[in-house]
Amino acid sequence: MQILSLLIEADFWAATLRLTTPLLLAALGGVFSERAGINNMGLDGAMLMGAFFGYIGALFTQNAFLGFVCAAISGALIMLLLGFMSINVKVNQIVTALGTNMLALGVTSTAFRMIFGNDLAQLTSPGLVPVNFGSLSKIPFLGKVLFGQTPIVYLAIILVPISHYIMYNTHWGLKIRATGEHPKAVDTVGIDVYKVRYVSLIISGILCGLGGAAVTLTGINTFYDNITAGRGFIAVAAVVFGKWSPVGASLATLLFGAGEAFQLRLQGLGFDIPYAYFYMLPYIVTMISLIFFMGPSKGPAATGQPYIKSGSKAKRKKVSRAGLKPEVKS
Amino acid sequence: MSEIILEMKGVRKEFPGLVANDNVNLQVKKGEIHVLLGENGAGKSTLMNILYGLYAADGGEVIFKGNVIHDNTPKKAIGMGVGMVHQHFMLIPALTVVENMILGMQEGPNPVINKKEAANKILELGKKFGLKVDPYAKVWQLSVGEQQRVEILKALFRGAELLILDEPTAVLTPQETQELFTLLRGLTKQGLTIIFITHKLNEVMEISDRITILQRGKVVGTVNTKDTNKQDLARMMVGRDVVLSVDKAPANPGAKVLEVKDLEVKNDKNLVAVNKLSFEIRAGEIFGIAGVDGNGQSELVEALTGLRVVESGEVIYNNENVTNKPPRYLIEKGMAHIPEDRHLRGLVLNMSVKENMVLEDFYREPFTVNHFMKFDKIDAYSKELIKEYDIRLSSDDIPVGNLSGGNQQKVVLARMLQRNPNLLIVMHPTRGLDVGAIEFIHKRIIRARDNGSAVLLISTELEEVLTLSDRIGVIYEGQLMGIVNQKDANTNELGLMMAGSHKAS
Repeated sequence: MQILSLLIEADFWAATLRLTTPLLLAALGGVFSERAGINNMGLDGAMLMGAFFGYIGALFTQNAFLGFVCAAISGALIMLLLGFMSINVKVNQIVTALGTNMLALGVTSTAFRMIFGNDLAQLTSPGLVPVNFGSLSKIPFLGKVLFGQTPIVYLAIILVPISHYIMYNTHWGLKIRATGEHPKAVDTVGIDVYKVRYVSLIISGILCGLGGAAVTLTGINTFYDNITAGRGFIAVAAVVFGKWSPVGASLATLLFGAGEAFQLRLQGLGFDIPYAYFYMLPYIVTMISLIFFMGPSKGPAATGQPYIKSGSKAKRKKVSRAGLKPEVKS
Repeated sequence: MSEIILEMKGVRKEFPGLVANDNVNLQVKKGEIHVLLGENGAGKSTLMNILYGLYAADGGEVIFKGNVIHDNTPKKAIGMGVGMVHQHFMLIPALTVVENMILGMQEGPNPVINKKEAANKILELGKKFGLKVDPYAKVWQLSVGEQQRVEILKALFRGAELLILDEPTAVLTPQETQELFTLLRGLTKQGLTIIFITHKLNEVMEISDRITILQRGKVVGTVNTKDTNKQDLARMMVGRDVVLSVDKAPANPGAKVLEVKDLEVKNDKNLVAVNKLSFEIRAGEIFGIAGVDGNGQSELVEALTGLRVVESGEVIYNNENVTNKPPRYLIEKGMAHIPEDRHLRGLVLNMSVKENMVLEDFYREPFTVNHFMKFDKIDAYSKELIKEYDIRLSSDDIPVGNLSGGNQQKVVLARMLQRNPNLLIVMHPTRGLDVGAIEFIHKRIIRARDNGSAVLLISTELEEVLTLSDRIGVIYEGQLMGIVNQKDANTNELGLMMAGSHKAS
């Protein structure tokens, strides 16, 4: 009973929103890249980059806002690398993402030691503080949940309808959705498939970078190795769970955020169980929700497939081995 | 009528090991229907892809409405008024018709798309040209014929004055083809010019004003349709006289070999693809199944050959219930299968010709003794088949993927027929082959029948089914619409059945 009563506390819901934010930003990023046909397992690496460079940026400029700018740039850069490998070089996208994730882990851990040495009592950077809504935050329950959050939380929430609008009501979104489904058709109406995929990946990187910084710069204001702890993969799951739509993916991240908030509360209740079991909770929620609530899911038809323009001499041999002969018929 | 809208001069395009277009000249007059005729691989699509900016030519020039075009791209081509309906439709199934229309069009500074305006334009164009389409339907919900209309509308929506249609009738029933022809004639009356790619001689005579014939990348000539006939066109297309009919003795059916009872099979989307289908085949007869592609043919064949699970119903083969038995079991019983896609299922492209020759039997004596393969036996066997089936190659050690399509298909055919199958299942046996290879393969299939095999022939080429089969069934949405004897069959009745009407009894 005591456990269930947690669920109606304002603190729990406030924490849920706060903890959902990094996942939400990354999942929106995932929606953009997957819809354009890039099977994006690289969200976690981009988040980690954002977490680290956000912290470093904020520390050196003594400005949390500039920290977020650095985070966005670093996320976009690693996604550009991922894009180069999977769009131009056409390496298997899963392998590429594994590479960029490992790279992000290596770069951030190494740079962290180069800057701070082995002294783990490093400096805290400036972080975001809750927005002051004046008397609004005095409203019972809602005041605490909705009017006591940091700016990045509000940004993330606003981005949900904006992403939805872009995806379904603008020609940018139409191009992104079309490219993930049938890139050749997109090419035949005179749209540059590579450009659409690069732009989507950069958007994805920016959002993941912001999501990473939302882990480091919203209270703890510091960094340690692999601080994102696989949140990017939870975001990937949320994209699938939310059926590749911005709103669906966002609702899915809310579920995972609630799981995390719930485990934090549980730890506070002082059960005689090692805390590591509570840590597992959000990940277990992810697995269970995927098992029970998802049938076989169908994402964008061309996700994970590099687009190979037909008729170019150099590529032909390689292509025909894969059984995808460019049409040299009739 | 005499104004020249398009001129292609000396166009050349090479792919590794192949000159697809060699000094090709083409002149198209405004307002005509101009057919590009040629066998598979003659370079028709390549030439049109150059015109549409998908391929860059290695030489020559393209002059459209008096302007020489440099560095062509699809965007440029569309801007000039060239529209293309590709053989494999360039529509996005998950999007609506209107979204497919807008794609790449509403590109102004205002990022918001205006579906309503586009939908109105679609309806307006539809009215003008007699093309009815629901703008808000998702493309995957439309029939193939409707999708083709959407493709044509898409080109008109983009202001096409020259419309290229790449093998548009391959996916249509005879009746839908007639509708398309009526539509195309209407379009030329409104001032459009049409280039029509095909290799079907009947259609050429019916629809075209002028014909340009391509053979192995070169132009053989351009003729006026009214000054020519099918025999002449066939000769120009192939380069020799062609026998357009097949000699065949009457069938002599024997014992029942295969019986299918109320077969139900699902497709990859878990929808019913074969629906309560029943038929039987006897030794020494060819049973043909005609139908438009995608009506359950692939699933039927996969279920019969053990490659797909049967949901319900029975397959009786030589008096034994073999429902859901594995492929090897069936092969050892004497079933042979020439699959629809020889690259995917028929051959291992990277393995040598001789290795491919023993794909069914490699593990048995004489090819394998005590787990060791006997390469000399395999070698001798393969050499014998290569001779017997006239397979042209430089060495039997080269990967089978290096052979031409016709020779690849002969490898599959040789392997299957050499086993003296009591049941031969053949799907699209001549897809993508030239006329010479088609003749050869048809003869061999008939010979297999005469030797006592039961043959199940499945093809989307109605001509092929009509000439080869002794009895013909028509499949539509997974059901047999009826079975007719070859001597009673006519194209019109079969066409109606292909479109879903039951056989008039």
